[in-house]
Order: sequence, then C-alpha cells, then structure tokens
Amino acid sequence: MAQALDEIKIGGLGSSRKRVEDDRFLRGKGNYTDDFKLPGMVHMEILRSPLAHARIKSIDTSKAWQIPGVHMVLTGEMAAQHNLAWMPTLSYDTQAVLATDKVRFQGQEIACVCADDPYIAKDGCEAIVVEYEPLPPIVNPWQSQAEGAPIIRDDKEGQTDNICYRWEVGDREGTERAFAQADLVSKLELHYPRSHPSPIECCGSIADYNSATAKLTVYMTTQAPHIIRAAVAIVAELPEHMIRIISPDIGGGFGNKVPVYPGYVCSILCSILLARPVKWIEDKTGNLISTHYARDIYYKGELALRKDGKILAVRFHCDSDNGAFFSDAQPTKFKIGLIHSAFAAYDIPYGYMTAQGAYTNKAPGGVAYRCSFRVTEAMFFQERAIQAAASDLGMDQAAFRRLNLVKDDQFPFRTPYGFLLDSGQFHKCLDVALNAIGYDDFLREKEAARAQGRRLGIGISTMTEPLGAGNSREYDILGIKMFDAAELRVHPSGKAILKIGSQTQGQGHETTFAQIVTHELGIPAADILVQHGDTDNTPFGMGTYASRSTPVAGAATAMVARKVRAKARKLAAHLLEVSEEDVEWELGRFHVRGAPSNGVSIQECAMAAYGNMPDGMEPGLENNAYYDPPNMTWPFAAYIVTVEVDPETGVWDVLRMVAVDDCGVRINPMIVEGQIMGGMTEAYAMANMQFITYDAEGNCVGSNYMDYLLPTAWETPGFELHEVVTPSPHHPIGAKGIGECAAVGGPAAFVNAVMNAVDDTGVRNIDMPLLPDRVWEAMKYKRDVSGAPPVKSDS
Amino acid sequence: MYPSRFHYEAPRSLDEAFGVLQAYGDEAKILAGGQSLIPLIKLRFAAPACIVDINNIPGLDFHEEDSDGSLNIGALCRHRTLERSPLLRSKYPTMSATAPLIADPMVRNRGTLVGSVCHADPQGDWASVMLAMGGEIIARRADGSERAIPVSQFVVGPFQNALAQGEIAVRARVPAARGTRTGTYLKLERRVGDFATVGLAVALEVSGGTINRAGLALTGVGPNNIQCTAAEQSLAGKSLNASTIEQAARLAAEAAQPKTDVRGSAEYKRHVVYTFVTRALSNRQASAA
Ligand SMILES: Cc1cc2nc3c(=O)[nH]c(=O)nc-3n(C[C@H](O)[C@H](O)[C@H](O)COP(=O)(O)OP(=O)(O)OC[C@H]3O[C@@H](n4cnc5c(N)ncnc54)[C@H](O)[C@@H]3O)c2cc1C
Repeated sequence: MAQALDEIKIGGLGSSRKRVEDDRFLRGKGNYTDDFKLPGMVHMEILRSPLAHARIKSIDTSKAWQIPGVHMVLTGEMAAQHNLAWMPTLSYDTQAVLATDKVRFQGQEIACVCADDPYIAKDGCEAIVVEYEPLPPIVNPWQSQAEGAPIIRDDKEGQTDNICYRWEVGDREGTERAFAQADLVSKLELHYPRSHPSPIECCGSIADYNSATAKLTVYMTTQAPHIIRAAVAIVAELPEHMIRIISPDIGGGFGNKVPVYPGYVCSILCSILLARPVKWIEDKTGNLISTHYARDIYYKGELALRKDGKILAVRFHCDSDNGAFFSDAQPTKFKIGLIHSAFAAYDIPYGYMTAQGAYTNKAPGGVAYRCSFRVTEAMFFQERAIQAAASDLGMDQAAFRRLNLVKDDQFPFRTPYGFLLDSGQFHKCLDVALNAIGYDDFLREKEAARAQGRRLGIGISTMTEPLGAGNSREYDILGIKMFDAAELRVHPSGKAILKIGSQTQGQGHETTFAQIVTHELGIPAADILVQHGDTDNTPFGMGTYASRSTPVAGAATAMVARKVRAKARKLAAHLLEVSEEDVEWELGRFHVRGAPSNGVSIQECAMAAYGNMPDGMEPGLENNAYYDPPNMTWPFAAYIVTVEVDPETGVWDVLRMVAVDDCGVRINPMIVEGQIMGGMTEAYAMANMQFITYDAEGNCVGSNYMDYLLPTAWETPGFELHEVVTPSPHHPIGAKGIGECAAVGGPAAFVNAVMNAVDDTGVRNIDMPLLPDRVWEAMKYKRDVSGAPPVKSDS
Repeated sequence: MYPSRFHYEAPRSLDEAFGVLQAYGDEAKILAGGQSLIPLIKLRFAAPACIVDINNIPGLDFHEEDSDGSLNIGALCRHRTLERSPLLRSKYPTMSATAPLIADPMVRNRGTLVGSVCHADPQGDWASVMLAMGGEIIARRADGSERAIPVSQFVVGPFQNALAQGEIAVRARVPAARGTRTGTYLKLERRVGDFATVGLAVALEVSGGTINRAGLALTGVGPNNIQCTAAEQSLAGKSLNASTIEQAARLAAEAAQPKTDVRGSAEYKRHVVYTFVTRALSNRQASAA
C-alpha cells in the first residue's frame, strides 16, 4: 500500500513553510516599480502646494520649459483639455488631479515636469512660478462647520457647506426606549488621531503608452490592479482591453496603495502626450502629505447600562475629518466604512449611530489602514467605551466583558447594526488571555506597587471584526461586486500554476495560496507557482486590502482546486478502469474503493490529462472559479497589555503583551504569527507615538520620518501569542482574515492599560498617541487630555 | 534624493581644503559625516555651490588625551567611535553616556562630534555635553594658525557658529579635570533616533566628595543649548545632598527656555528638566525611553 502523504511535509494546511518570496527579497532580487527601466523613459516630478488653502492666481511655467532636458510641463489647465483636471473618487466625489482653481491642502498637486532625469525634473518644478491668494485654512471639523467658514469645495455645484456626507444606521426609537430604562448611562468622547499607513516604498508608476498599438501598460504600486484597470478605463476614457496594469513587487501597502492618485494619472497622460514611457516615483514627504491618510474621527457615544452590568443599548456619533476630497476607499453602500461593526462582539439589543463627514484643508483619504473599512476606528471606540462603562459601574473589566460578550450558543447572532456573526468562542479566548497574563495576580501586584508610589496598569481589548468583503448583495466598489477569482492549471508533469486576482504586498500569498492548493490536491507546495499582479495574465479580483485575500481569493483557490480534482477523478477512474463512484480520494491520490493499494497519484492523472484521456474528454487539467462569499469572516481577538507609568515623566513601558487570536484554520501558522506581530507593532505605534497633525496654518506636522514616528525594534515590546481555533462555517477551508486583527484591536489594549494605571485620578480619557507629556498632564491636573489639531503652540 | 546641482571637491590635505574654501568663499560647505548637511540638501533647504568633503584628509579621525590631561577629538571622529571608546568609558562618563543616545547606529557610523557642534542645532546633544565640560573648538586658518573658541561662544545662534569664512574646525578639546569626573546624559525622546524633547548633560569634577567644578547644560529647551550657569555655581565647592540637589534642579529648570510644541508643553519640558537634574545628581536612573 502506498504511504499516505504527510500534509505538513509537503507544505499543506498548517505547515509553517518558509516564505517563497523571501529568497528574492533578502537577496535584493525583487523587482519593484522603481527597478524597471524602459527604453526612452523620462522622469516625472510633481510640484506641490506649500499652502493649505489658496486661490491660484497664475501659474507661469515658461522658465521650466527653458531648462535643457525638460520635455513636458503639465498643468491643470492642460489636463483639463483632456478632461483630466479632475477625477472621480471611490466615494462618488471628485478629486483634483492638478489644481486649476484653488489649492485645498498642503501638498496638493499643481503641476508636473517630465525630464531626462529626476534632478532636472525637480529643477523644472522649482522654476515654475505660482501666484497664490491665501484663504483661511480649515484644519478640523469644528472650524469647517463654524459660521462664515469658507466653502472648501466651491468647485461643486450646489455645495453650500463643508459637509461631505451624513449617514445613520440602527434603530433610533428602540435605542431611545432602552436608554430610558437604563440605571446608568456611561458617556465617552474621544478622538482617533489622523495617521498614515506609510509603506516604506512610496507610490509610483511607469506609464508606457505605445502610440503604434494604442496599448497602455502601467507598472504601478497598487494593491488592486484589476480595479485600477477599470478606473483607468473610466477616467482616461481608454478601452479596457488596451490597458494592462502590472503590479510588481510592492514594498508594503497597508491600504495606502488602493486609491488612484494624481501622480498615476499624470504619468499616464504625460506618456500619451509624449508617446514615451514616463516614470513617477514619489518621495517620502510626497507620500506622507498627499496620499491617503487614515482615521481622524471624533466620537461621542454612550452605553445604557443596567445595575448588574448588562448593556441595554449603545448609541454614538462620529465626526470624520475627510480632508479636501471625499475619497475614502470603501464599498458604495457605506459612507464611513464598516464603523457600524462597533460593539459586534457584545450582546447588545439596541443600537443607533450617526456620522457626518467634514471637508477640511487637509490631505484626502480615509483609507482602510490595515483594516476592513474603518473597523479599526470602530473597535477602538468600542473597547474604550467598554472600559469606561465597567469603571462607571465599579465592575471588574474582565467580568463586565464576560457578562456581555456574545455566547457560543448564540450564533448566528445578528448585531443591532445589522451584521451577522456566524462563529466564535469569545469567552474561551478571553479566559486564555486572562490566564496567560495572570490577571488576578497582576491586580494584586498593582495594588502593592501603588502603595510604593509606582503606577502599574492592565488593559483588555476584546473584539470581533468583519473581514473579507463582500458578499455581492451588499458590497461593491464603483458598482463592481466584491468577489474574487482564481485560475489553476496543472501541467503534464503535475506541477501547477495558480493565478489569482489579489495582490500580495508582504502577506506571503505566493507561499500560502500554494498551500491551499496543496491541501486540496496533494501537489507539494514547492511544485506550485502563484502568479498575480498582471491584469493581462491573471483573472479578475478586487485586490488585497480589508483582510479579504484569504477569505475571498483564498476561497476561490480552494474551489478551483476542487474543480480540478473533480476532473482528475474522472481521469483516475479511466486509469484505474473503474467507475467514478468507485474511486476514493486521499491526499494526492485516488484509489479503488476497498483496494487502497490500487491507486494513481494526482501527478499521474495530470499526465493522463495530456496524454491518455478517455475518449470524448476535453484534454488538459485546468479550471477557474469565481467566489462570492456568503458572509464576512469573523475572527476574534483578546489582547491584554500591562504597563508601568513613570509618575514623574509620564513615560510608560509595556511590561507584557498577550494576544489570543482566533482566525479559524491557520494555513501557515508562521505567517499568521508574523501578521499578528506586525499588526501589534502598528497598534503599539498608534497608542504611543504615530500620528499626523496640522498646525493652525494647515502645515502638515509629520511630513517625514523624523516627525512621523514609526517604532523601531528598540521600543517595540515583545508579544506573547496564543491561539484558539473556531473554523469559519462557510469558508471552504474554515479560514478567517488575520492580517489586520492586531492593528484593529491592539490600540485600545495599550490605551486601556495606561488609563488603568491612572485610574485613581478620575481621568476618563487621554487621546492617542499617549505621548509622555499628555500622560503627565492628565496625572498632574487630573483632567482629560484631548489632542486635537491645530497643534498647541506658543511660538 | 535629488539635490540642486553642486560642485564636489574631495581635498586630500587641509591645505588643499583651504584652497577650495578660498575659491568658493561663502558658497562652499564642508561635509564631514553629512548626517545634518545631506538631509538639508536633500530637501533643497541648502543649495551650496560647492561641497568640500573632508573625509579624505588624513589625521582628523582621532580622540586622545594630551600630556596636559586634556582630551582632543578630531574633526572626523565619529559618534560610533566615541560610543565604543574604552577611554571615554573609563574617564568621561558624560560623553560615554551621550554617544549611544544620538540618533541610530547608521547615523552614528558617519556623524561626527565636531560636525554636530558646528551644525549648532539646538537639539544637538554634543554641544550640551561640550558646554557642561567646558569644551572648546579649535579653528584653523589657511595660514596654519589656530584659535580656540569656547563652545559657549562658538554656538552663536540656532544653526550658527562663530567660525569665520575660510576657517575649518579641526578638533574639539576638553580641558583636564580637577578631580574625578562623574556625570551622565539623560535624554527624553519619543523614539530611538529622535532628537531630544529634553536632554541634560551633567559633568562634575569631584574630589573627596566636594564638587570642584559642576557643568550642567540642556538640549532641546531653548533656541540653543543652554548652559545652566546659576545651577553650576550653586554646586561648586559643595557636596551633593538633598538640598543642594533640589536647588540645582530648581535653578536648571529656571534656566530652561522651552516652547510648547508637538513634543510637549513648555511646562512639561521644564518639569522634566527638574526631574532629570534630580535624578542625575542623586544617581537615580531615568526611566526615560
Ligand atoms: C536620522 C537622524 C537622527 C539624528 N539624531 C540626532 C540626535 O538624536 N542627536 C544629535 O545630537 N544629533 C542627531 N542627528 C545629527 C547627527 O548627530 C549629525 O551627525 C551631526 O549633527 C552632524 O555631524 P556630521 O559630521 O554629520 O556633520 P555634517 O552633516 O557633515 O555637517 C554639518 C554642518 O557642520 C559643518 N561642518 C561639519 N564639519 C565641519 C568642520 N570640521 N569645520 C567646519 N564646519 C563643519 C558643515 O558644513 C555643515 O554645515 C541626527 C541625524 C539624523 C540624520
């Protein structure tokens, strides 16, 4: 009898196989957009606005044209002749490609210069003279709604205020009734500061329009090449089959590389006008000040509570600061992403929420920075409000959660805002985390330390989040439903190529998607090449963001492998000379029912598909699958952090950080752990140091890495990881999203820990980032510290 | 990085360097470690016509004690060398505490102490250390003559030093100590590699429990590095105890001229100065990040 295959050994489900991508990355053999050099290529640089809000009186480009080596100086006026001064956004607004009338944020694109090299292009930008008439800058929602505030979007007909959307969801009356019956109402106001995904590789593109064939090829840093192709077709009015988007190796995305940026559009237009390849590579400051930011939401909310701790209802309002253009990348139906997934983990009968967006003189965006459309914002407010409510009740943080978390026997569970949770073991995850941290011991230690003047604190964050949009009933972007596709071709020798529409940016798809095929077909993962990132050569997909690759494209991969297996079964029956019903599958092999030693391998079936197929069977062994998920996947996480705060300086150190993640079946445990550690690092960053703000003049504070602080290995604490596995009931292999959980649920754990360390001061809130001066101020004056731009300054 | 066009010279001797400086006048900029100059030209905040790279000039990469007990640090002595120096570790506690707190390993591999003092960034750490230790910069002219400028007079404003056109800072000098050196450098930074929110250099010269000379200087809390003269004087001739420490801390906090900015309020920074002086003098480790 043939030896059964060891799935772990061949790199299947559950194998921590090394990332195949790393070989080329570690040896410097990757190919990023900037690595491509095309014959005749020119270099493009962008001139950006130094002012946040100003009318453009004139733009004089004559001196730039005179510089030897300059080939093109493109202004908004010229772009307008091609109907490209403005472009549509993913939130059904418009965004200026190159400013014509006004500049609306510092860093906005005004003109671009194409030249023989980037030095000359930059010289060209410096030679452009722009005359401005400054207008009062608006840097937060309150200024934007103040009486007499200038209308930022006076380009839009009928726009008479600075509001870009209003939205509501939930049961308003039911919630009001529940609040009327509450013993206690716990209120909380806070701000999730603006941050930037800040991938190390900035954005860039090489547009190559071939005037002979009329084909446009664009190498670019995008997380969603297929959507970009559709967008380019719409924006540039080019036929879609004559557009090829190539997304080569990407140096991080984190949501920043989902949108269409003016730089991409300009490089395309310049390439068409010059009939030469045009390369645009953004610099770090350009990336930080002009591409999509994240967060920047002010919340005001309350929980209706019964004396015994039961939550009766929740309601909250969000004011989002959307910058100059409403360009959130989000599904059509939603105006503030999936922020109404807040409180999903808790059994709360009634909920109501409202939101309003403000135009301001800040960079546009509202991108899903390592999260599924604003769920980070949702879960942060949720977990801060839960902590505040427990404190108001005088209840233990853990006990309050245990009382209100959705219980195992309640699934499927409909949240008051309409989501359907389908699985989880929330209480078990919490218990694993509490045990790991030694909860009761720590509380005693904290009391003892307090008696010596030391401040220890412990913070919990528990949350479930909707990952893997869509289903097609509810989720679309620009009218295109959010499904994904996969193509699988098995070559005669049994080696395979898998083509997917998602786009890895560090997640390791080339490694893990092969593992899914291995699990389904028993072909060793090393024999499977995963291809993505070229719209001419891969099937349609919505792209990689919002933790949707494994839930959607991963599911499509499992489904296409099953289709291939179904055909292989027919081939096996033919080879074994039995009927199909008498063939049984084991990993990598079919055998005759009842005669396990009489079988054929998947590789033998593959050879037969090309050389020995039954009469009438179409040759070859390949297929494709489109996958429309029936629901989101709902991972759950319980994070606990302990800290010590220096009472004299406000500096706080993380003592321990325990993470319990339930992301269902883990395809590659090593990669899952890497994702959790990466996300947790960003969570720590958010809580501790990482934010962008603006001064009163609208200058961006955080325009380079000396001001925009990313944590290094030096300050990042160690993370202790644990797992619980509740398979997704609808995903073909039971997997759930995991790329973002820690970044989503993590920040509140750190903040709650610091708040717990100062719980004797009566302070309800310190806004992120919890820089030492803010913690010190809260301790010293026993008052909340709300950090909202403009930055305080006495200069 | 796409700076403006510039001419590049890499002289092989000080004489050659002086020649280039003469030819270009105030259009020339000396490049030592480049860790302050290159960021400036990258952002095109500076666009010198000529960059005079002194890295090929022999004899500038040293740090050693003279027979008179003074310490000399050559213009090409890197932060990294100072960080690892056994000499500093055994005899110059303030300096050896400072070096590892500057920037990150990559910057420390290139950046120089002399370059840092020349750059006169109010957030530069070395100028405070030099102030606290009574250090000076030795400037050399084309004719080979040298003059010593105390760092207290060398740094004349934010990003401004007292070098005359055509002068090169060839070394820094710290005079011999009266007694044993003790001291430290405390730095509150938001992240490793960050400039100081508050930095404090303490350099004491002590014999038999009596302070012969006290040096205290502050980083990041004024338009320049600040020498805390009153606090220094309050300690001279005394020994350390709760009341002398408290007084010095109070005087140092008064000497600070902090501004409220994204790193914190003026009040907070002043408070940190007080806390740091207290901690440094009572030998308590700061838990600053
Ligand atoms: C990311 C980053 C983080 C940093 N963090 C810190 C920090 O935490 N603390 C800190 O103190 N510093 C910090 N720095 C600055 C760093 O220490 C620099 O190395 C130092 O300030 C300048 O030294 P340099 O040799 O690199 O000088 P350069 O950049 O070469 O020169 C600086 C200036 O001094 C002039 N100059 C240099 N040498 C001479 C000379 N011999 N004679 C006359 N003029 C001269 C130059 O013309 C130039 O104007 C940081 C720098 C970076 C890039």
